[in-house]
Amino acid sequence: MRANWGGRLFDAGNIIFLTMTAFITCFPLYYVFVISFITPEQYFRGGLILFPEQWTLESYRYLLSTSSFVKAAGISLFLSTAGTLCSLIVTSSFAYALSRRRMLGRKAVLILVLLTTLFQPGIIPEYLLVRDLGLINSLWSLIIPTLTSGWYIFLMKGFFDNVPAGLEEAAKIDGSSDIGVWIKIILPLSLPSIAAIGLFYAVSYWNTFFHAILYINDAKKYPLQVLLQNMLIDSSTAVGNEVAAELSQQRLMPPEMLKMAAVVVATVPILLIYPFLQKHFAKGVMLGSIKE
Amino acid sequence: MDSEAAPSAAGPVTSLPLKRTKGRYYLRRLLRDRHLYALALPGLVFLILFKYVPLMGLVIAFMNYSPFLGIMDSEWVGLEHFQRFFSNADFFMLFRNTLAINLLNLLFFFPLPIMFSLLLNEVRSEWFKRIVQSIVYLPHFLSWVIIAGICFLLLGSEGVVNKLITAAGMKPMNFLTNPDFFWGLLTAQSIWKEAGWGTVIFLAAIAGVDRQLYEAAIMDGASRTRQAWHITLPAIRNIIVVLLILRVGHMMDVGFEQVYLMSNGAVSKVSDVIDTYVYRLGLQQAQFSFTAAVGMFKSVIGLILVILANRLSKRFGEEGIY
Repeated sequence: MRANWGGRLFDAGNIIFLTMTAFITCFPLYYVFVISFITPEQYFRGGLILFPEQWTLESYRYLLSTSSFVKAAGISLFLSTAGTLCSLIVTSSFAYALSRRRMLGRKAVLILVLLTTLFQPGIIPEYLLVRDLGLINSLWSLIIPTLTSGWYIFLMKGFFDNVPAGLEEAAKIDGSSDIGVWIKIILPLSLPSIAAIGLFYAVSYWNTFFHAILYINDAKKYPLQVLLQNMLIDSSTAVGNEVAAELSQQRLMPPEMLKMAAVVVATVPILLIYPFLQKHFAKGVMLGSIKE
Repeated sequence: MDSEAAPSAAGPVTSLPLKRTKGRYYLRRLLRDRHLYALALPGLVFLILFKYVPLMGLVIAFMNYSPFLGIMDSEWVGLEHFQRFFSNADFFMLFRNTLAINLLNLLFFFPLPIMFSLLLNEVRSEWFKRIVQSIVYLPHFLSWVIIAGICFLLLGSEGVVNKLITAAGMKPMNFLTNPDFFWGLLTAQSIWKEAGWGTVIFLAAIAGVDRQLYEAAIMDGASRTRQAWHITLPAIRNIIVVLLILRVGHMMDVGFEQVYLMSNGAVSKVSDVIDTYVYRLGLQQAQFSFTAAVGMFKSVIGLILVILANRLSKRFGEEGIY
């Protein structure tokens, strides 16, 4: 291997560049994290705060004492668990059926799935459908319309295509039906892949925002992202005011610190599953990069 | 097995039994695979209900749809809503904003993940590479609400950036309410959120390159730039083309959440795009038919763009996306 000067210079420059990129990515998150843990006194003193003089959970105590915030977090937790479960069941059963070549009409259904990835009818017809189904202001309106998508179906079908046919035949001889094979053999065998897709589903349900502003008008049913929007960005709306009113009873706490604490609380669940997500990035490749 | 009992009823016509056995063959297959169909049913119902019924719902774009009359009784108006949209001054503004945001994205965002993955590929230390990857992938998983919120907290008039600017003796800047900054701000946000994640697909392809190619190139005295140019880049060329097709196919799309969250009264002239327009007029003012037409216009252009881009890439000898 030739290690010439130009090569070394390039290596050094490359490492500096990548370190700077990582720093730019980190800094906003780090800053928000730090501010949420400092004392109000340090905040009021101002200046660039890069480290807490004294760690305190004060802002979190205030934030978690507001009932609407806790409730919205609970709703998002419900969406993430119930939604992920429903999505996985529908996606995996559909994908399994589509992976069996003996199924009559399989080609036609595959084309039906493919077409959905090419053309979107738009916001209005979907809104009218959800309204006609009576789902407005129901939390199910945030789950049912996003149960599955063409990309996820194709991805999971790809996993099932690779399950050896011999296993299925053996179970058939033992008297299992197709549903039995799906539950007893296919699902356990592809559990890692299913778990990976489940994590991606969970993140997207946790981050649900667009559908929530379309379908949920009742402030008591806002998921966390909508409440956060009211708190952080649009504090003129009713809910923003409600939270602000609840919070301003404790005047000592600057609102910025509470906002930053709210950002941290909403980010922590993502950070918790991030290591598991990371294991499956390769599988998320198609989802993340192509779906967009 | 019950189906075996039927043939005795077959009539005297000779061609009929053949047809019948064929029909019975399919019937038997359907019965045999009934559990498979049961498994496919929820997904199929979902697709038809949420992807194809709304497609039919688009007929309201050609009507004066009234929620009280319903689709059956609403009045047909033909292309009136499309004409109204095209002759509207808003049309130009929406089109310009959409195009500007997407062109900036194509110009400044699109090449970054490619460049970034080539650079990451040159890093020799595995752990350093892994740490950088872990960090730059993270923002992809954060919601736009979080990212817009952080932006407001850091760039607002009371934010840390403006505090630093005033501390340096300069005048504070209105990052969030200045129309001149809006498109740039969106592009910067997209880069911060997605440029790192965008490398995943390229790095996966680069990892699949045969190491012997590099060894052979080194033997021939190829520099690292030449290796990147002649080995790594061709290995990801097909993916670049596919992503470019998808990008062009989405030229009419601007992430609704990002624009909706970042826009405010001061920047509405440069921030309004088709989706936010449809949301505002359609859902907040209940102009369902007009906005369905606007949305349909967008979808049709998007479809045409995808098909054209796909054709083009096939003509240049690359694989398409379908």
